Amino acid sequence: MTLETIWFLLWGVLWAIYFVLDGFDLGMGTLLPFIAKNETEKRTIYNAAGPFWDGNEVWLITAGGVTFAAFPAAYAALFSGMYTALFLLLFALILRGVSFEFRSKVDNDSWRKVWDTCHFLGSFLPALLLGVAFANIFRGIPLDAQGVNQEGLLQLLNPYGLFGGVLFVVMFTMHGAIWLAIKSGGDLHERAKAVAIKTWPVAVVGTVLFLAYTSIETMLFNNYMKNPLLFLVLLGAVLGLISVRPALGSGKMWRAWTSSAVFIAGVTLFGVIGLFPALLPSNLNPAWSMTIYNSASSPLTLKIMLGVALVMVPIVLAYQAWVYRTFSHKITQEDLDYKEAY
Amino acid sequence: MDVLMLSRLQFAAATMFHFIFVPLTLGLSILVAIMETRYVSTGDETYKRMAKFWGKLFLINFALGVVTGITLEFQFGTNWSRYSAYVGDIFGSLLAIEATVAFFLESTFIAVWVFGWDRLSPKMHCFAIWIVAIASNLSGLWILLANGFMQNPVGYVMRNGRAELDNFFDVITNTTGLLQFMHMIPAAIMLAGFFIMGISAWHLLRKNEEAFFTRSFKIGMGAALIFSVLVAAGGHIHGNNTALMQPAKLAAMESHWETQTNAPMYLLQMPSLTEDGNMIQALPIPGLLSFLAFNDVNAEVTGLNDIPEQDRPPVLLTFLSFRLMVGLGTLFPLVAGLAFLFRNRLDKFPLLRFLPWMIPLPYIAIFAGWTVTEVGRQPWIVQGLMRTSDAVSPLATSQVVFSFVMLSLIYALLGAVDIFLMMKYARKGPE
Repeated sequence: MTLETIWFLLWGVLWAIYFVLDGFDLGMGTLLPFIAKNETEKRTIYNAAGPFWDGNEVWLITAGGVTFAAFPAAYAALFSGMYTALFLLLFALILRGVSFEFRSKVDNDSWRKVWDTCHFLGSFLPALLLGVAFANIFRGIPLDAQGVNQEGLLQLLNPYGLFGGVLFVVMFTMHGAIWLAIKSGGDLHERAKAVAIKTWPVAVVGTVLFLAYTSIETMLFNNYMKNPLLFLVLLGAVLGLISVRPALGSGKMWRAWTSSAVFIAGVTLFGVIGLFPALLPSNLNPAWSMTIYNSASSPLTLKIMLGVALVMVPIVLAYQAWVYRTFSHKITQEDLDYKEAY
Repeated sequence: MDVLMLSRLQFAAATMFHFIFVPLTLGLSILVAIMETRYVSTGDETYKRMAKFWGKLFLINFALGVVTGITLEFQFGTNWSRYSAYVGDIFGSLLAIEATVAFFLESTFIAVWVFGWDRLSPKMHCFAIWIVAIASNLSGLWILLANGFMQNPVGYVMRNGRAELDNFFDVITNTTGLLQFMHMIPAAIMLAGFFIMGISAWHLLRKNEEAFFTRSFKIGMGAALIFSVLVAAGGHIHGNNTALMQPAKLAAMESHWETQTNAPMYLLQMPSLTEDGNMIQALPIPGLLSFLAFNDVNAEVTGLNDIPEQDRPPVLLTFLSFRLMVGLGTLFPLVAGLAFLFRNRLDKFPLLRFLPWMIPLPYIAIFAGWTVTEVGRQPWIVQGLMRTSDAVSPLATSQVVFSFVMLSLIYALLGAVDIFLMMKYARKGPE
């Protein structure tokens, strides 16, 4: 395997980890106005994401940073090409981030309402926009021979792009509902579980339709036809999704969450593998695509960065796993009375 | 206005807003960690209350620092895509390493610290804030190495139409980046010192929690005193390096026009507004500029007249920012030194009333310093290698207008909320 290929896979894995981890707190934020009936339940949702969301979001920074470091030309084309959409994503993430810190700092209902709205928009919009962005990448973007993409926000909102956005919102909502069920007790727990159960068939139908649409709208399946073994990745995603339901039915929330994580990671990797060897396929002329060959950094940079990644990513995963274990308990009244809580 | 100017303004706005929060994060994290260490080693509850009180202000500040940092990483791709493609091989990898070795630690362990007071042993909890402090400052090191590459590109070769990495060791031992780090970190700790002194003084004047705030004051004072001296020392060495590596920047900092040996420094000096010489130039001290730049009164200092006009940085802004930074930088050790003399009778300290108002001064000094660094590098985005005008993305003006207006609006609102909350919790005092 070439260095470029290894980096391409690592790139896909980083996005998959990001979607799995930030996916659930974005999903909970999307659910916030619909599932929380009172102040205690709202604060339970904030504190269910409390110790994790910041560390989760760094996976986005890393995925972005690694695109910059390993495939600078693709980073340049992607980020300038989807300019307005990316700024909307940034503004949304900024508002969500501060809503955690600001919400409980002033004891006033309208103050809290403002930050709850920011929290909802800051969770829903990133889910939608990331889905739109990835679906458009799958579909191909109008890159010219210079690697310049003159696509406005409106062109990104084509039917396939929007479908991708909605699928992401559904995936994250289900994932978030399961996490909320893990972290909450009583009434909220039951409602979160019910939401996850109701979202599941939507996710199933959405995924099937998305795959069918993908086969018409994109070239993703070409790689799979050439090498049918790759279908195992897609099979993994589907099995993950299927096994969410029985786990929910028997109340095994951690198993449901893991299955849903496998589903999200599988969907991401399915798309990434379909793209190979392109990071950004051009739908004007395949020869103008940003591939791992024409957009990669020098071999020396790739080697040094690989060393850093191979050492650091497992360490990061290890200490983040420790944090998840330390704070995996259900949120209780005692947690909400804790002075430093959100 | 064109895309280039809008992108520059937007980047300046995004960076400067981000940088309101960074220095306090870097400095205060260390001071809070020291307070908590004292609590763990002595068991004295006052130190725990100190860590919590200053920690709360730290967290309000930290939140905005983190969320505005994401914008910066993305902006290289959105607004400076040609730059990103040209030097991404080196610059991008430094940012990616920063995220994997530092930012992850900082963001993960800050949450451990916030939520862990009752769930972790005191030692483990104290360990978490030290991780945050070390990781934040380590993060600064990588960012300054990336910035150092823009000031003084090293360790690269031109290949395939871009700057490719040739020697990674040279990149991470780049003198310019390391000297910026040695100047910036002390400045951040000094700023945190003045922040603590200012808020403590406010409470001491009102006789609130006198024991608590006297102790806090002394920690802030110690930090301000030691590190204001180190900032100045670091600044001098940094200036020597600038004279060597970026003669155009040095000439603009001093509005120095004629190349000469034994170059004087003028006590009264003012560049002309048309940037073609000095309007006022009086009271020379012979050789002082040569000495400050090269530690040698007879050294030759290049003047702006010997630098092609298209390669000259804006003189007036660079010159004034430099004067402002140096002026304030002289004031800080004097104030901290005076506070030290009055440390055991703070109620008699004549400057106590002014200290709360002095909190913005270190911020202004740091902003002025960064203006010198970044404006003084123009017209280059990477010194001698790529011009800022060649770095900008091929965007429609309307796109940048939209992002710039939205960004300014959101940042202004968040800035106001942040200041409001900081003041609210600073006034409230410890629980």
